Amino acid sequence: MSSREAMLGRVRTALGRKQADPVPAPPPLRLVVPEMHTAARIASFRERFEALNGKLRVVPTHADARVAVDEILNGRAAIASNAPFLKDCGLTIPTGFRDRAELKAACATAPVGITSAPYALAATGTLVMLSSDEEQRLVSLLPPAHIAVIPASCILVNLDELFMRVPLPADVTSALVFITGPSRTADIEQILVRGVHGPGEVYVVIVEGC
Amino acid sequence: MASTYPIQIDKTVHNPLLQKAIYTATGRLIDMRSAAVATVPNFQELRTQANAVKKHTIEHLDHYLEMVERNVEGHGGKVVFASDANEVADFILSLAKQKGAKLFVKSKSMTSEEIHLNSRLEAHNLEAVETDLGEYILQLADERPYHIIAPALHYTRHDVAKIFTEKLGRSETEPSDQAMIARGVLRQKFLDADIGITGANFVVADSGAVVVVENEGNARLTHSAPKIHIAIAGIEKIIPRAQDLAVFLALLGRSATGQAMSVYTSFVSGPKRPTEIDGPDEFYLILLDNGRTKVLADEGKRESLYCIRCGACLNHCPVYRKIGGHNYPWVYSGPIGAILTPQFHGIDKDPWLPFASSLCGACGEVCPVKIDIPRVLLELRKDVVEAKTAAGTNKLEHMIFRLWAWAMKRPKAYERLSKAAAIAAPRGDAQSGWIKDLPGFLAPGPVAGWLQERDLPRPASKSFRELWRERNKK
Repeated sequence: MSSREAMLGRVRTALGRKQADPVPAPPPLRLVVPEMHTAARIASFRERFEALNGKLRVVPTHADARVAVDEILNGRAAIASNAPFLKDCGLTIPTGFRDRAELKAACATAPVGITSAPYALAATGTLVMLSSDEEQRLVSLLPPAHIAVIPASCILVNLDELFMRVPLPADVTSALVFITGPSRTADIEQILVRGVHGPGEVYVVIVEGC
Repeated sequence: MASTYPIQIDKTVHNPLLQKAIYTATGRLIDMRSAAVATVPNFQELRTQANAVKKHTIEHLDHYLEMVERNVEGHGGKVVFASDANEVADFILSLAKQKGAKLFVKSKSMTSEEIHLNSRLEAHNLEAVETDLGEYILQLADERPYHIIAPALHYTRHDVAKIFTEKLGRSETEPSDQAMIARGVLRQKFLDADIGITGANFVVADSGAVVVVENEGNARLTHSAPKIHIAIAGIEKIIPRAQDLAVFLALLGRSATGQAMSVYTSFVSGPKRPTEIDGPDEFYLILLDNGRTKVLADEGKRESLYCIRCGACLNHCPVYRKIGGHNYPWVYSGPIGAILTPQFHGIDKDPWLPFASSLCGACGEVCPVKIDIPRVLLELRKDVVEAKTAAGTNKLEHMIFRLWAWAMKRPKAYERLSKAAAIAAPRGDAQSGWIKDLPGFLAPGPVAGWLQERDLPRPASKSFRELWRERNKK
């Protein structure tokens, strides 16, 4: 008997169940999404994100976003994901990688990684990344600083709203990652240290009116 | 990884530095949790919902195990059912051989601690590197975690400096410098690693996904950088739907560290898709039994498997806060360890564990999935006593309790006995106790042990019943 059959057998014996015994529906879902207009979402995102030492810029147009990114970079080199929204903002950062090794090497040395994000969460100051050919995992992970440029319309109220919009994340991505502020540890004497593995600096630029 | 530890409660209790470290760290975690919970008006509702979802899943676990398997494979991953530590090691070793893999990076996983995976890999000349800062320090020091979520809680910066000096030749004493030293060493490991091994906070049945919650980014690196990702999860980690995460994630971060959301939560469903540029080519999910089906079979204690490993019960436990993590016999310490260990290892192995509790109830009150830990402790105590009775090893105890019961049922006799005790007890300071002054022959074996740390107060010269009668006469 395989380990699989043996394990399922042990589980069924323990539960007094037989294969194909009926299973009642799981308890009803509990998803609660309070009403919140865009300005309130931005304000809540700001409060949460800044409390975690995230740096937020809210700008009116795509062109302003490009200026904001240049100011944040302040001459530092950067690498960008293939997100179309970054191109919409006119960012001319090296991008368009098609090869894993090349991408990994570039991310490992770049001082800053720039991405967009399909969603953000107002209640917790969270960026929601869905790994795809547009958003690569390593861009927001390997460089010591991360800049995310996002449209205001992508800010959802909370996790509950995200899971209402995306009930089955696995249908759209192989990796959904929530990023809530800079990387941190408190493993030595509970003293907060930022940037231990992931980016120690996280910037978000919200473009209003889109 | 050292597997067994001598129980040295005395040493821990009389080490003032360690006492301060445990007390401060757990105290901070208590404060951060309560501040975070206070901001969620419906927190109790969330606990009730999580409990109901866990109960449903555990009671139909065979169904959900098959659903997990179907959906992992639907997204191009593979599920491995492992009965025990050997089957996990056998699978990983044969995969490593097949792929020519030599270097593993690991993110924090209590499940892999449970099966001593690192030492098994090292025995075959494979390098397995822990990448969570606390776990990395412990690996260098060859110790096991002191706390479920704060593994190196018992070390000061100077301890860390000593370990880093010895193993890495770096003597910095600032935690920020020490973290950056680890970052430098581990970053290269991430880039070079052949296989990344993570645990799983949740396994999501309808998605065939594992969810990994962390603050450092090492788990993201572990499942993003190498070409192969292996996740190891106990079979009890399953939840039915991705949408259930709205409740579970709201509970986990707040209960563990007082965070509304941990810095990184990864929801990984299979290897990278064909159009993706980065991410692993292969994804394996190892579902581990290792004793869990034994716990499952006991309907009265099955709820022990609801645990989401937040560590809140450790922080709030007056016993854990005094004796620390290494005086528990297994990797799971604190109240949850006290109920899991005897159920996994057999009640005969550490029968003292369920008794190492004041039954204050704090653990049950803070548990995010509402495991009634105090009730399970009592059930286990009952099992211990029944086992002793069956073996006939508690005859003296039985006799004492029978005498006690006899006296309790006869108020007159009870009163006379306590009066006699009040007269016989030596005079002196009412607070200082009296039994310890008795000659040795009146305090044999177990009684002497009991008296080391405590004593009975001197009986009052008048009992409550006497005072009550006098009061009513007036």
